[in-house]
Amino acid sequence: MNIISTRYMKRSFIEEVLERTKKMDPVAESKKQLDILEGKILATLFFEPSTRTNLSFTTAMKMLGGTVIGFDDPRTSSVKKGETLADTIRVVQSYANAIVMRHPNEGAAALAAEFTNIPIINAGDGSNQHPTQALLDLYTILKEKHKIDGLEITLAGDLKYGRTIHSLAYALGKFDVSIVFASPPALRIQRWIINDLKSAGISVKETDNIETTSDVLYLTRIQKERFPDIEEYQKVASAYVLNEESLKKIGKETMIMHPLPRVNEITPEIDHDKRAKYFVQSSYGIPTRMAILSMVMGD
Amino acid sequence: MKVKKIKDGIVLDHLPCGKVLDIIKILNIDKKTGETVSILMNVESASKGKKDIIKIENKKLEDLNIDKIAIIAPNATVNVIKDFQVVKKRKIRIPDIIDIINCPNPSCITNQKEPVKPKLLVEQTEPLKARCYYCERVFTKEELVENI
Repeated sequence: MNIISTRYMKRSFIEEVLERTKKMDPVAESKKQLDILEGKILATLFFEPSTRTNLSFTTAMKMLGGTVIGFDDPRTSSVKKGETLADTIRVVQSYANAIVMRHPNEGAAALAAEFTNIPIINAGDGSNQHPTQALLDLYTILKEKHKIDGLEITLAGDLKYGRTIHSLAYALGKFDVSIVFASPPALRIQRWIINDLKSAGISVKETDNIETTSDVLYLTRIQKERFPDIEEYQKVASAYVLNEESLKKIGKETMIMHPLPRVNEITPEIDHDKRAKYFVQSSYGIPTRMAILSMVMGD
Repeated sequence: MKVKKIKDGIVLDHLPCGKVLDIIKILNIDKKTGETVSILMNVESASKGKKDIIKIENKKLEDLNIDKIAIIAPNATVNVIKDFQVVKKRKIRIPDIIDIINCPNPSCITNQKEPVKPKLLVEQTEPLKARCYYCERVFTKEELVENI
């Protein structure tokens, strides 16, 4: 079993992950170690730097009783010497029971899966997908809102390059939801994603601002490097900042989510607002990844 | 017919008008080809208004990369000529998987010297839309043709 993209996932599979995550949640919270994956080895190959995803997978694996090998700096690996990803995967498969990988190129996880029989878990492939983030996002929504069907979710910020957005949009597309995409015109979500969602019967709207009364506002960072000059960036990015002032225009029951790390798109002054759930969301990374690891490697 | 019949070779018929130069490029037909190539443009067609035709003398069907032609001329017909007679006639169609055009996404893993062929899955033929199996992006016919 591979975890490559939420686009391929069936609703029943997502529900199974959520159900298992629910069981792992108290274990993760109590920081008790299980022995489900005792004797199993997880290889974490981070061809692109990551802090929380890497830490989160490592913690999840250790809490299930397994061990972790890997790298988080491609400059120190054989990639620097020009080894292909295909070769790296063929070599690493003999060291581990499963591979978690993050790579700067889109499609890297799908390619890796063709060169090995051990499970591949995509922890981010360029701007394409970050499926385990989407699954923990869904768990957050389910946990905090007690349902997913029937909700309206606003996905905001950098919708064009944001892999967490792409994964979450496709994962939400398996449920009966309405999605609002809020972004500057230059960072609109790709047409084919809109088309895919509409074909799946999802109601989709596009807008230019984050003023919303949706059940969920999922904000992502707008990066400077996406804009030709700093003035243009500042003009656009300021409209996607949540602070005490802009928070007044957000619904009273709107849950605020963010994949983290944030830079300045959510000011710390609103962290104590009851609608702000991004740190809770982040904490669900552990039980979600425990669930996923136990599903792909468990007996 | 203003251009004489060929004795042996291939006739590509029912090509969309204005695409012959692209097709010539795709088929790698240039001065190195050595054979006589006749191009007819804006020919009246009995069924579909106007069309273009390419006649390539002394070429075999297996010499042509049919799938590549199919991307820009999905309704074209290939006629195999032997001794002035059409001995084989076949329509060319867009294949289910296009593996002879690189993924137009420069950042796709298939464009990074990995040992895999491109795999563009045709999701719709009219208008053409194909999705890269790896990077999951969807491309239009124009984007694919640009990458030929």
